[in-house]
Amino acid sequence: MTTSKSILTVLNLSVVFPDSNGGLTALENISFDVAPREFICFLGPSGSGKTTLLRVLANLLQPTAGQVHFIHHQHPKIGMVFQQASLMPWRTVLDNIKLPLELEGVGEVKAQNKAREMIRLVGLKGFENSLPRDLSGGMAQRVGIARALIHDPDLLLLDEPFASLDALTRERMWMELSRIWQAKQKTVIMVTHSINESLFLADRVLVLTQRPGKIKLDVEVDLPRPRTDDIRYTSHFGKLAKKLRGAIE
Amino acid sequence: MSVSKHIRNILPVILSIIFALMAWQVTVQVTQLPRFILPAPMDVWLRFLKSLADGSLLYHTGITLSEIILGLLTGITFATVTGYVLAKSRALEKVLSPYLVASQAIPVVAIAPLLVIWLGDGILSKVVICALIVFFPVLVNTVVGVRAVPNALYDLMRSIRATRWQILLKLELPASLPVLLGGLRIGATLSVIGAIVGELVDAEEGLGFLLQLGDFQYDTSMVFVAVFMLIALALSLYGVVTLLERRFLNWQS
Repeated sequence: MTTSKSILTVLNLSVVFPDSNGGLTALENISFDVAPREFICFLGPSGSGKTTLLRVLANLLQPTAGQVHFIHHQHPKIGMVFQQASLMPWRTVLDNIKLPLELEGVGEVKAQNKAREMIRLVGLKGFENSLPRDLSGGMAQRVGIARALIHDPDLLLLDEPFASLDALTRERMWMELSRIWQAKQKTVIMVTHSINESLFLADRVLVLTQRPGKIKLDVEVDLPRPRTDDIRYTSHFGKLAKKLRGAIE
Repeated sequence: MSVSKHIRNILPVILSIIFALMAWQVTVQVTQLPRFILPAPMDVWLRFLKSLADGSLLYHTGITLSEIILGLLTGITFATVTGYVLAKSRALEKVLSPYLVASQAIPVVAIAPLLVIWLGDGILSKVVICALIVFFPVLVNTVVGVRAVPNALYDLMRSIRATRWQILLKLELPASLPVLLGGLRIGATLSVIGAIVGELVDAEEGLGFLLQLGDFQYDTSMVFVAVFMLIALALSLYGVVTLLERRFLNWQS
């Protein structure tokens, strides 16, 4: 299963949460590889352990069994975007974005310059000194994306980052994320329950089953890039969507 | 614009003070009580000027203020450290909380004489009484504040591999600061009571001593002066906390 060019290998991963009747199995025997700069999407209904999987990859949760093996480092740098933007309300946009660099001990001037660069990348120029309370949901999520990318992570993890946005903003954010991903060439693992979102963004979609989460389907998304809105109305997109829909219980 | 607005804000306060002074003066005139029972505002004012001139007022205020500040610092230090540990460990909280709650059932007035016997009638016993009275509200607010830090932000910090120290300084401290300063607001006013309770038990100096001296000598104007100084101290401390809130919590709407 492991190919020589994969950056990350997950082998027989299981997560069981202890409860009163013998444990709740969130993930069962999950194995997959990720190639460098690949955009992978995990698609599944709620309760399929999507978020649990990301938490294991982000080292926020220890798996009950199995291995997560990163090729280059034992502890890769992680950039994570959460369902809610999870910004610190007392920090300005600029200060929120530069947090990861602060923790790494990067000098203040360098961190600020890098943060301004990220602000331009996510299209928030002019909002450097705004506080999170003054941002819309879409803007807050852009800050979250900028913060996840600023320290040049080995792996970008996205946990349904657009789930709380309205439909129009969400679609605009797909375009943005697609553009940013192509500019930054990061390896991305995203979880979502939106078929459209996964097909629009990913190179590969893996469908998870209802609890306990197992990989049911692994589909290459061979749609051309850059992808625009029109791609969603092509017959190939429709065919892939139907295939994914059929796999989701 | 902003100056006139400022005046409009404090105008009601000034008017109410003038009104209270007038009511006081009228009471004195109507009842014709002797001065050692109810002195007139002017008597108190003259007594204030006199004690200011001979340096005694500032000296005793300074003593009380240093007791309060040392007591506050000691109380806050112990309360925040203990509170943080309790917030982090449910087990320890279970073991310690009965003692902490029980300690609150004892009025500080009741144990103040003991502390003066054990620690002497100097500044130390007052600092300890002050610290004790400040301890509990600050402790409770520390626990509540640290517990209220959102889990999502802990996840964020761990995902970028923050150290424990970084989590404390960059997440827990700023996130719990609003509740922490709320505790400090209560503690600051209580600390004035703590110092005075200690001084009233036994002291050679301080505003509590001055108050008692005035009482013994039927110098009721002196008692009034001491009481007004205490009010001024409490208000100043309260003001300092308000300034801290304005400085550090301006991100709150």
